[in-house]
Amino acid sequence: MTQTLTLGRFFRLSLLSLGALMFLAPYIFMVSTAGKDQSEIFSASLSLIPQHFAYMANFTKALTRVSMQNLLLNGVIVCGLILVLQVVVAVPCAYALAKLKFGAARFMMALVMLGLLVPIHATALPLYVAFDKLSLLNSYTALVAPFSISVFGIFLFLQFFRAMPDDLIHAARLDGMSEAGIVARVIVPNAWPAVTAFAIFSVVAHWNDLFWPLIVVTNQSYATPPLGLLFFRAAEAGDDYGALMAATLIITLPLVIAFLLAQKRFVEGITMTGLKG
Amino acid sequence: MSVFSLRDIRKSFNGNAILKGVSLEAEAGEFIALVGPSGCGKSTLLRIVAGLDHADSGEIRIGDREMSQLTAADRNIAMVFQSYALYPHLTAGQNIAVPLAMRKLTGMQRLPFIGSLLPGQRQVCADIQRQVQTMAVSLKIDHLLDRKPGQMSGGQRQRVALARAMVRNPSVFLMDEPLSNLDANLRVHARGEIVDLHRRAGVPTLYVTHDQSEALSMADRVAVMIGGNLLQLAAPQTIYDDPSHIEVARFIGQPRINLLPGKKDAHGIVQFGALRLASPSDAVSDASVTLGVRPEFVRLRAEGQGALAARVERLEFLGSEVIVFAKLAAIGETMLAKVIPGEVRGLVAGQAIGLDMDPAHVMLFAEDGRRLPATPVSAVLRETARG
Ligand SMILES: Nc1ncnc2c1ncn2[C@@H]1O[C@H](COP(=O)(O)OP(=O)(O)OP(=O)(O)O)[C@@H](O)[C@H]1O
Ligand SMILES: [Mg+2]
Repeated sequence: MTQTLTLGRFFRLSLLSLGALMFLAPYIFMVSTAGKDQSEIFSASLSLIPQHFAYMANFTKALTRVSMQNLLLNGVIVCGLILVLQVVVAVPCAYALAKLKFGAARFMMALVMLGLLVPIHATALPLYVAFDKLSLLNSYTALVAPFSISVFGIFLFLQFFRAMPDDLIHAARLDGMSEAGIVARVIVPNAWPAVTAFAIFSVVAHWNDLFWPLIVVTNQSYATPPLGLLFFRAAEAGDDYGALMAATLIITLPLVIAFLLAQKRFVEGITMTGLKG
Repeated sequence: MSVFSLRDIRKSFNGNAILKGVSLEAEAGEFIALVGPSGCGKSTLLRIVAGLDHADSGEIRIGDREMSQLTAADRNIAMVFQSYALYPHLTAGQNIAVPLAMRKLTGMQRLPFIGSLLPGQRQVCADIQRQVQTMAVSLKIDHLLDRKPGQMSGGQRQRVALARAMVRNPSVFLMDEPLSNLDANLRVHARGEIVDLHRRAGVPTLYVTHDQSEALSMADRVAVMIGGNLLQLAAPQTIYDDPSHIEVARFIGQPRINLLPGKKDAHGIVQFGALRLASPSDAVSDASVTLGVRPEFVRLRAEGQGALAARVERLEFLGSEVIVFAKLAAIGETMLAKVIPGEVRGLVAGQAIGLDMDPAHVMLFAEDGRRLPATPVSAVLRETARG
């Protein structure tokens, strides 16, 4: 692209760069802090580039003080289970609401809409009590179960499936497929953009979630990454910020890498849900 | 014996009657075209026959089996959709194989990975592949089998859709405007192919279209559906020459039929200009009737001659023929005459002319649209004179 740098374009670009810098600043600061040693962090001077590179020391601490593998593994297990369950539940639901005619369809649509309005914070306490009664606190079940039905997922897939032509489903029925067969063989293979988009929303939300793990998990071996950071702080008496930032970096890295790898599909998925299939 | 019949199919959506009692019978190997204006319920009828929708009442029989309670898959009816409805994620070959795989393989055998380990699965798959290949060769799409629908042209997709429908030897074949997405040349070519394919397969076919030339040229019999009623089911020639209802006459024929208002007197005589028709019936006198005459049976005469005085509005040159639009002096209606180019030499817009109608081809319709019998009066007089 060889566009001349007019005044308006210069102005727009500076505005965008400023915005990007503002959003990136904490992250840059985090990367910088992860390389500083204790004394430098608490000194009065503020520099982006560490005076003595303490990356080795900080990362060693981050990796040895708490079981980082365990945290990351928990994160993967919990996010993976949540995602799989959400898709397995939401896809058939959305298909039924979008393409099948049944009496309670409108009522169920209303319930889905209602579900979108209720945040997890509203139901946290009753859920906690229920898990406690079932003695399921400190388990993967407690971390995963409340999120297995995603109203947002149903809603997103519903919009996507509505745009799929009815004739395609009619053809599948004539070819002898059952409704479950139609979902598995026709709907899902053609809904990858929507599934990708949803997967990213879901994984990002649950990987970074601190609220719910904090409520149901007290045992370190079930801690998810953000909760692990809390334990880490406690273990470190709370003032080794260099190591803490190194640990944070390790935890955010998988998502950043995953996003960069899937960037194209991600954008594709987002735009596809807006357009028709 | 009919191999396929519909009896009194009714359907309404939210209290709107869309199908008002449609009955139809097809003989073995017959090709029936269902024509009608847009929105008259053709697709709805096909969906009901296929089992994708339920009729409010009525009976669907294939052979001697009542089908209404069977699911779409159990009816063994194949359908080609207007949009073709190919599976976008499968190649042409896989698309054609789907109906076979769904019927010949068990649920376990269809599972990915596990299926290929089960006994017999290989054999069946090879069988399916062979059938797909044969079908593809007969439709000349064997070079396309590895392409996805997105990588094919409209005509190629249409053939893949045909192949997918034909491959499992259905007992009835339904097509919903399969040619409407093709360009004009390809459409004429594909018409021939479909008729050919139908000959070879010999499966009774119900072919929906809103293009009357398609219906008249392809079908053994044409069913004209208007406003949810099947008004006439007959051979193309009969539909054109001898419509049983004014709506059929109006819908079929290009350019359109001339329809003129008239009155029937107490003796059952209808007079229009110098033309007199006898329509023996017990109808009350002064009943309003409509005269219909196709443009090719209207003759041009010099001014002052002919049954009707008219003035030329414009001429439409179509190559082998010319359509003359002429306004009748008496009632202000525009009449169309289809003549050969030689007859209009020197004719200009605004010129006064005379028109004659071929009395033997004038049709008479009652106020409610029914066809009435009509005989030119001169003939009646001659007969009575002789008798
Ligand atoms: N699911 C439905 N709910 C309500 N009305 C419907 C439904 N399906 C069809 N209709 C109505 O039924 C009528 C007939 O529709 P149909 O699709 O059968 O027309 P058609 O004859 O196939 O027309 P075209 O030639 O345009 O395809 C239309 O007025 C349509 O609005
Ligand atoms: Mg239609």
